[in-house]
Amino acid sequence: MKRRTFFKATTTLAATLVAGAAFAADPIIVGAVAPKTGPLAGGAAVTHWPNIALWVEEVNARGGLNVGGEQRMLEVIEYDDQTNPAETIKAVQRLATQDNADIILAPYSTGLNIAAAPIYDRLGFPQITSSAATDQIGELSGQFDDMFFLLGRSTDLAEDAVEVLSDLREAGEIGNRVAMVNVADAFGIELMAVGKPALEAAGFELVYETSYPLGTQDLSPVMKAVKAAEPDAFVAWSYPPDTFGLTEQAMIEELDVKAFYTAVATAFPAYAGRFGAAAEGVMGIGGVNTASPEFMDYAARHEAATGAKPDYWASGMMYASLQILEEAIETTGTLDMAEVTQFIKDNAFETVMGTIDFDEQNSNTAYWTVGQWQGGEFKGIKETGREGAVAPVLKSGWE
Amino acid sequence: MDILITGLILGGTYALIALGLNLQYGVSRIMNLANGEMLVIGAFAAFTLFTVGQVSPLLTIFLVAPLAYVLNWLIYRFMLQPLVKRAKNRGMLEVDAILTTFGLSFVMVGLMIWAFGGDYFSYSYLARPITIFGDNYGLNRVVAFICAAILCAALFLWLNVSRAGMAIRAVAVSPENARLVGIDVPKLSARAFALGGAVTAVGGAVISTFLTLDASTGVMFTMKALIIVIMGGVGDVRGTILAALVLGVGETFVASVIDPGLTLVAAYALFILILLFRPQGFFGRKPT
Repeated sequence: MKRRTFFKATTTLAATLVAGAAFAADPIIVGAVAPKTGPLAGGAAVTHWPNIALWVEEVNARGGLNVGGEQRMLEVIEYDDQTNPAETIKAVQRLATQDNADIILAPYSTGLNIAAAPIYDRLGFPQITSSAATDQIGELSGQFDDMFFLLGRSTDLAEDAVEVLSDLREAGEIGNRVAMVNVADAFGIELMAVGKPALEAAGFELVYETSYPLGTQDLSPVMKAVKAAEPDAFVAWSYPPDTFGLTEQAMIEELDVKAFYTAVATAFPAYAGRFGAAAEGVMGIGGVNTASPEFMDYAARHEAATGAKPDYWASGMMYASLQILEEAIETTGTLDMAEVTQFIKDNAFETVMGTIDFDEQNSNTAYWTVGQWQGGEFKGIKETGREGAVAPVLKSGWE
Repeated sequence: MDILITGLILGGTYALIALGLNLQYGVSRIMNLANGEMLVIGAFAAFTLFTVGQVSPLLTIFLVAPLAYVLNWLIYRFMLQPLVKRAKNRGMLEVDAILTTFGLSFVMVGLMIWAFGGDYFSYSYLARPITIFGDNYGLNRVVAFICAAILCAALFLWLNVSRAGMAIRAVAVSPENARLVGIDVPKLSARAFALGGAVTAVGGAVISTFLTLDASTGVMFTMKALIIVIMGGVGDVRGTILAALVLGVGETFVASVIDPGLTLVAAYALFILILLFRPQGFFGRKPT
């Protein structure tokens, strides 16, 4: 008897819940998977996660996404992939099959995006990558029709850095001697493999070159050797912890170069936060048009919503990827991913990073490659078709 | 000369990383895999106080040490002591402790991400050159070395001169016999574990002045500490210090003379050599 009453009560409760839900439109389930722990968690915490939070907050504040005339709120389900490709793939699968996600956002970093490409392809979700820089764009988009690339080719990123040095040399500002180091890990090796021949082809003399393992705790032997080689310019194809470490050692060794380049994380606000005025003149991978009203507005909203500034490279692209998805869904008025994907291929989008129009390889061909800290902002100095590049300045000391 | 000094300074850093684990493993017999996380917590405290209130990390350690002591005492009392009581022999305790602290490390990473976010925490403190014998060194690293030296000396003296220190050494050598001469083994084990945690957290606070960390970097330090403790011999402060210095100088020598790409190779090669030819560590006793 008791049991039956309980059963009745629960069915009534369930019925009211279902009825109640029918009045308001079902939320759109947004699946997100990226590192919250593991080696890339620090980068994802700067570039990836805050943009998702910002976007969802903004969309929900204006009443949700308009899908075919119906306003639907966003509901995010987040998974930590522990910087482990196998976990990324598992999480995407779980989002699609168990959480019934309507959209699944692209994961973080080159490696995790490439690892997850087959599963996005198989499930039919567009994968708009904003933190994957690779030279395999042609092969990947040929194989995975719904994979998009915002951040560009690693070759351009490395070659443009060398080009900046060449230009400075042609102008008679720096000499011919370059010291080059790289972190012995995926992206560092890839950049080095392009950067070294480019430096040699440009006629630079490599006075010192080495690689160091990821997670090296003491980079002072590296910087001592760099200093002893008396270079005119210093180039490091580095990752976040060593970008900070190399800069600090350069300050300690009083490395006197006119051009100082470190790769990933130079564009992080934390870089200027740590080194202050000493960051002035440091060049690095990425950059944005800091004077564009769209970016300035985005940066202000980012800071207001998440309490942190966006970085000056992939943050804006991450947000742009969400803008693209939003526009595609609202304009097509559907959550049918095949239709959304086709729309993304066929149209150009106005984003915080400017107009984005994917080419036949699903690749955004206009992006920033080299930036430089100037007056407390990391300004784009080299691009492949963006407006607003400023002229580079010479590095003068570490004070 | 500069290789030697750079190496010794790095060795000091390693000593800071490993000393705490040595106490925890050597005396309390807890192979604490959450050791690195405790270090990151110390670093977090230093970072937060420095960025919010401009408090020098060297002052923060006086706050971090007692707090970490209490926290680790509670961890031992409520999480690990039941395992100690239940364990029938040392092997069983070791397996249980490894599993438990492995779990604990995830809990701590999760809590830190929840509380502080996963962002890098890096700040600049004493990032100035200091000239020793004509070569430049980072002042923050030199200060860390001095901290390590003071800590090592204090710990060594305390263990060898004071009565409590002697009791702790007795527990390290033989918990069963220590009990026979009237030493309260459970109480001392808890204290040694707490002290080890405090030393690790202080090390973290000092190290954060020159290393860039985030919430999930702890495991890297646990690995390093493990190698050093095993190389030095379990339960002997001298061994840990010597192993830390040998590793520091060895890595720096390889990085400077051969190639920076081979530092990890050098570290693990040293580790394997020690395991092969002196498995009990520098100062460890041969098992009878």
